Amino acid sequence: MDMTGEQRIAAPRQAVWDALNDADALKAALPGCEEVNKISDTEFSAKLKLVVGPVKAQFSGQVTLSDIDAPNGYTLAGQGSGGAAGFGKGEAKVTLTDDGEGTVISYTVHATVGGKLAQIGQRLIDATAKKMARQFFESFAAYLEAEGAPAGEAAAPAPAPAKVAGGQGLFWGMMGVALVILWVVNH
Amino acid sequence: MEAFTEKFGIGQPVRRKEDQRLLIGGGVYTDDINIEGQVHLAFLRAPYAHARINHIDTTAAAQAPGVLAVFTGRDLEKDGVGRVESNINLKQLDGTPIFKTQRLALPTDKVRFAGEPVAMVVAETAFQAADAVELIIFDADQLPAVVTARAAGAQGAAVLHDELPDNCALHWQNDTPDAYDAVAAKAHKIVSIALTNNRVVPVPMEPKCCIAEMNPGTGRLTIYAPFQGGRRVQGAVADLLFDGERDKVRHVSDNTGGGFGTRSKIYPEIIAVCYAAKSLGRTVKWLGDRSETFVSDLHGRDQVNSAQLAFDADGKILGYRLETLVNIGAWVTENGARLAIDGGGRIVGGAYDIPVLYYSCRNMMTNTVSTDTYRGAGRPEANYIVERLMEKAAHELGIDPQELRRRNFIKTFPYTTQMGMKVDCGDFAACMDMALANSDWAGFGPRAARSQAGGKLRGIGLASFLEGAGGRPEETMRVQIQEDGSVNIICGTFSHGQGHGTVYSQIVSEKMGVPFTAIDLIQGDTDTAPAGASGTYGSRSSQMGGVAIIRACDIIIEKGKVIASHLLQADTAEVTFEAGTFSARGGSVTMAEVAKAAHDTRRLPDGLQPGLDETYHYTRDGGRDDQSFPNGCHICEVEVDPETGAVEMLAYSAADDCGTVLNPLIVHGQVHGGVAQGIGQALCEHTVYDEETGQLLTGSFMDYGMPRAHHLSHMAAEFNPIPSTNNELGVKGAGEAGCCGAPPAFVNAVLDALSSLGVKHLDMPLTPNNIWRAIHQAKAEGETH
Repeated sequence: MDMTGEQRIAAPRQAVWDALNDADALKAALPGCEEVNKISDTEFSAKLKLVVGPVKAQFSGQVTLSDIDAPNGYTLAGQGSGGAAGFGKGEAKVTLTDDGEGTVISYTVHATVGGKLAQIGQRLIDATAKKMARQFFESFAAYLEAEGAPAGEAAAPAPAPAKVAGGQGLFWGMMGVALVILWVVNH
Repeated sequence: MEAFTEKFGIGQPVRRKEDQRLLIGGGVYTDDINIEGQVHLAFLRAPYAHARINHIDTTAAAQAPGVLAVFTGRDLEKDGVGRVESNINLKQLDGTPIFKTQRLALPTDKVRFAGEPVAMVVAETAFQAADAVELIIFDADQLPAVVTARAAGAQGAAVLHDELPDNCALHWQNDTPDAYDAVAAKAHKIVSIALTNNRVVPVPMEPKCCIAEMNPGTGRLTIYAPFQGGRRVQGAVADLLFDGERDKVRHVSDNTGGGFGTRSKIYPEIIAVCYAAKSLGRTVKWLGDRSETFVSDLHGRDQVNSAQLAFDADGKILGYRLETLVNIGAWVTENGARLAIDGGGRIVGGAYDIPVLYYSCRNMMTNTVSTDTYRGAGRPEANYIVERLMEKAAHELGIDPQELRRRNFIKTFPYTTQMGMKVDCGDFAACMDMALANSDWAGFGPRAARSQAGGKLRGIGLASFLEGAGGRPEETMRVQIQEDGSVNIICGTFSHGQGHGTVYSQIVSEKMGVPFTAIDLIQGDTDTAPAGASGTYGSRSSQMGGVAIIRACDIIIEKGKVIASHLLQADTAEVTFEAGTFSARGGSVTMAEVAKAAHDTRRLPDGLQPGLDETYHYTRDGGRDDQSFPNGCHICEVEVDPETGAVEMLAYSAADDCGTVLNPLIVHGQVHGGVAQGIGQALCEHTVYDEETGQLLTGSFMDYGMPRAHHLSHMAAEFNPIPSTNNELGVKGAGEAGCCGAPPAFVNAVLDALSSLGVKHLDMPLTPNNIWRAIHQAKAEGETH
């Protein structure tokens, strides 16, 4: 599957980049994220509890980073396994650009899924990936605001719940937006 | 006696005696059976379409609550479990044999399709087994996957079996192309077509399941599983797990929720469950879910065809050239690689006289579940090609499509096809005339005008077809008249929806004058099935089982005459039998009285064995080539919404020659069912594997389009019975004909509807999306010209 998107965050690029490097911010914002570990400067592992339609599982994932160009963007590749539920792997390119006083995060993702996830959840993946991306950015923006980032941006989304229930975290988050985030967690 | 023969004899529309029980939920399916002390099994299925297995770590799963055992292919290998190998004996172009796979129920080296079982857990409860499966760590290196027959033949394609670098298990051809090339060179016109026959999932209502009951005392295994003929599963399990000792294995199935061919094969899951039961000395139950059924039941169809017909100036066929690519999936199964040759090839030119044939068939291996028999098994594919081609040829030659068909129908019988089949009888033009009349073809114009006034495009399409039915040329049946005069028919065939209980009873009732209600069917148990039993598939049961019954009845009547002569104090030669009564010298005794005497040794003539119980093994005289040839003509009328591409089926007229009709109610039902399955394939059923990852994307009813009642119109089924000369009942087999007629009739109708928009080609399924695209593509092409 392929997904592209962008999100404006009401904060300067450096602040967004820094926040993307804040493990707490990312863990709180990433739906279903339970654990993140840094293996090396460019390798990370994480655990997420994800649900796509009828498929529920805990996924273990590894992410590898490349083309790091702080604070402008990077490429990341990752794969995750959910045991009997299936697996996913993919690549995402992320760029940060200035937009007035805010920053636009743009992402393009190509990923594949397998096992039950592909068989049963395939129709649900696109929609849930988008939903999960929205949830992430809402939480992420709220986190930045709470941390004292420049406020008053009209586009700032409403604060999201502080904790995102695991059941809302969907697999595509892992392979799409989640991948985007994971690298930064310990970067 | 006359009364009930008239009402319940051959040819009467007797209501199915099976239905009452099934409709009130009295059927017994495998999951309805629970055996004291049973434990439960769940499979881990490969998430990858193609991967080399490094290691399967079962440690955590083995320690999970309730778990009795975890098995992988290594365990099966260690215990010497046999491997399944196809028994196809077809040869390659160079005379070497077909490539065969040796399949262990759980693979040890690689996984070759997504969903292939790789490990299994046995636990006290089904939930515990499913939970423990989640704990198995399946470590494998993913390999590139290939999912289409065409891609499998491309340079650099992923290779499934190291010994087969070109993925082509069998490249077969009937002849060199020389003879065809020679007639093509002098042809007035050559008409070509390229078609895809879409892959379908059989989706029987009952998922794949199995209970393996191990009797530790006797060491005997009883298998309860839906199956179209128990002897085969008995033989396979005995061969693979019990050193060929068949008496160690019994198979039982009471009801089976849909066969369609996919329930006639030996599945690795069945072998694995039996292995687990044998290893543990326990009764093991496995109920596959719908997802497992989608990924691991054998699929149907999946061909790519390139075909040509060469015509002379009068529109007469000079020769037929067909090149077929079949996607047989990851393993060479029982019939997959011969369906297009032995199945479709049988009737490859359809209802037409084909003087010269070049037929080349390549069976390609891909990272998909294997394809095998599915209602029609090669014949729907073959008829689809030739009917699409004839329709196209008519337009290119400027000859009316019906007229072109009439000119080319096989008219003299017996007719030996280029593939060596002897078509004994038929009247294809008469079937077409009957369908044309029933569909009011002549009145189509005003109907089309009315549709047009409503903004819709109406189309009408016709397809003639030839079927070849009968399968294996032998079957055994046993007829037993009990002391009270009631009759047991003990079957080698297996009714799983066909209504054998009704039809066989009609045959016996008519033949022996026994009340219809006094006749019972005993089937679905290898302990009772007579030796030489084969099962139900290939539209064979009435022509094979029915004839075996008739002949067993004949023997019983002869013996009955001996007993009757003794009772009537007459010579045996004087005794006549009619409508259930033996008569001689002015006296008479009924079959029931003779049956009673037959069980009383004091009343039997000297030297005669007691009982009226005969088993007959019937072997078709002409063997495999001497089948029956059902045929017919189907006409479909549709309306297309040009704005959305949606098709509505408006009317359907089937004119079938399935020989003698034993029970028109049941045969109507078989035609309706076959047509519905054919329309399903033509309209909405489509199996999609991701070309990059090899994952099955249409793996549930959310994504796989099953036909529903509202997709279908009223179906008028009429018969033009010309009794088969190859069996004394005159029957031809009716179960699969609908699947042959419906797809080309439907597609030809839609093409007719879209002709005014310039659409000339469509591939199934005709979803709104596909039709809308074709309309817009034709429009774009029209604008550039």
